[in-house]
Amino acid sequence: MLEELYRETILDHGRKPRNSGHLEAATHKADGWNPLCGDQIRLFLIVQDDTITDIKFEGCGCAISQASTSLMTETVKGMKVVDALALFEKFHAMVVDGTVDELDGLECLAGVREFPARIKCATLGWHALRSALAGEEAASTE
Amino acid sequence: MPCKSDERSAWRCEFPILDQEVNGKPLVYLDSAASSQKPRVVLDTMDFYYRMDNANVHRGVHALGQRSTEAYDNARAVVAKHLNAVHTDEIVFTKGCTEAVNLVAASWGQANLKPGDVVLCSMAEHHANLVPWQLAAEKTGATVKPVPIHDDGQLDWDAYLALLNENPVKMVAIKHVCNTLGTVYPVKEVVSEAHRVGALVTVDGAQAVPHRPVDVQDIGADFYILAGHKAFGPMGVGALYGRLPLLRAMPPYQGGGDMIRTVSFDGTTFREPPNRFEAGTPNVAGVVGLAAALEWLASQDFDRIEVHEQDLLASATEALEEIPGVRVLGKSPGKASVISFVTDFAHPHDIATILDSEGVAVRAGHHCCMPLMGRLRVPATVRASFAMYNDNKDKEVLIQAVAKARRIFS
Ligand SMILES: Cc1ncc(COP(=O)(O)O)c(C=O)c1O
Repeated sequence: MLEELYRETILDHGRKPRNSGHLEAATHKADGWNPLCGDQIRLFLIVQDDTITDIKFEGCGCAISQASTSLMTETVKGMKVVDALALFEKFHAMVVDGTVDELDGLECLAGVREFPARIKCATLGWHALRSALAGEEAASTE
Repeated sequence: MPCKSDERSAWRCEFPILDQEVNGKPLVYLDSAASSQKPRVVLDTMDFYYRMDNANVHRGVHALGQRSTEAYDNARAVVAKHLNAVHTDEIVFTKGCTEAVNLVAASWGQANLKPGDVVLCSMAEHHANLVPWQLAAEKTGATVKPVPIHDDGQLDWDAYLALLNENPVKMVAIKHVCNTLGTVYPVKEVVSEAHRVGALVTVDGAQAVPHRPVDVQDIGADFYILAGHKAFGPMGVGALYGRLPLLRAMPPYQGGGDMIRTVSFDGTTFREPPNRFEAGTPNVAGVVGLAAALEWLASQDFDRIEVHEQDLLASATEALEEIPGVRVLGKSPGKASVISFVTDFAHPHDIATILDSEGVAVRAGHHCCMPLMGRLRVPATVRASFAMYNDNKDKEVLIQAVAKARRIFS
């Protein structure tokens, strides 16, 4: 079961998060905060013509939150805002309810659902994404 | 009753919960600082109470009501004796440490704090002995100031004295033993310096009671608090010790049944402490379980417990530090058997997940001590806390599991 959680892709993204850094020209941003474990991220987006043209994040946290946020940024970069929000729902359904199994390369995170204490780590970046797109400055997994 | 096995802790067999597997591995419970396990006598006492004596207290004239009341009142005497309080009436039952501090901060704080007054809280304080003071300060116009600590967790004594001398300090809030680092604070000296400038002291004994004998008169504490579930008793019950003259002068904390003398729409009068502070039907089974836990603890040889726990602390610290990339925080002399560590290969939550898969229960996070985490410049730690029922076998599994985490993440 542990191997389902810490797959090679996740360990890799956890060690070397993609799209890490700061976006000076961000049109949207949000802080994600998991009060339970203290994981913290700040997400920056540039949205033009309803499309996420650039996305970066900074922060610290466990391998799951870092990898999940890293994978999320790779996936939604270049996506229409509506599609990214739809993906949020699907991702959430996958890790919380286990109702979706195939998901644009994000299925490597499906193992999280067997670890209830870690689900919020996996959804942190996604909550921040949704808050940023909704024009809210902060997201909490509470 | 001595345990059968020579290899395991002599106390282990009294804790039935420890004998189980989790995730296919024997349970290694190293999270007693979050909540300790309960010896059989506590489980049996509570079970017996509910099977035989259960009835409301201080009300009925019937036999069960009397037995229940007797058990409740007797428990107060047990707690008073355990802490060496002068009077039984100095013990107020609460639902835990948190409620005990809230009671003092709300009741004593409301009656005694004025604008400009200062409450000192150590930087290592658990949120339970900090946030209630912040709430009281907000209501009264007082200020809460931190007392700095050194890198190893010990109190910055010179800074403490300076803060006492330079501020109108009315209350000092300090832990007896740190839940995150295990640091033992010199509470007796803290109290005597505070009293020199006319300040009172609230000592948070949540983590001290399970590890050592406590004498509130020797410490000189004005208020001393404990939680049942940290001291081998049940959850949902705790106790506040307060010096009787202080409790007598304090207004009620909550209103309701049992705490009143007479009630009318023209005005209500209140009972003397401790009843004044115990509104409503109390957690009688919890209180009875707490007394059973303290009696059990008092019947143990504390010197033996100390030697046993200190051996585990020393050897576990050494073995952890032999794993490359592991850093143990807060190694102050004489500390209790609580180890917080961080690593350069994985975040504390990932380590805790790997450990759990090996059957090892530890806590990862900020341990309700966010200012302390800031002071130590870490977002979180892994905490392994050892009680008397832990032993070398537990320690070895912990070490192997941390080594496994290192293999996975490096
Ligand atoms: C030092 C310390 N103080 C206070 C508390 C709060 O205890 P409780 O949550 O039982 O009220 C704890 C436990 O979390 C603790 O470790």
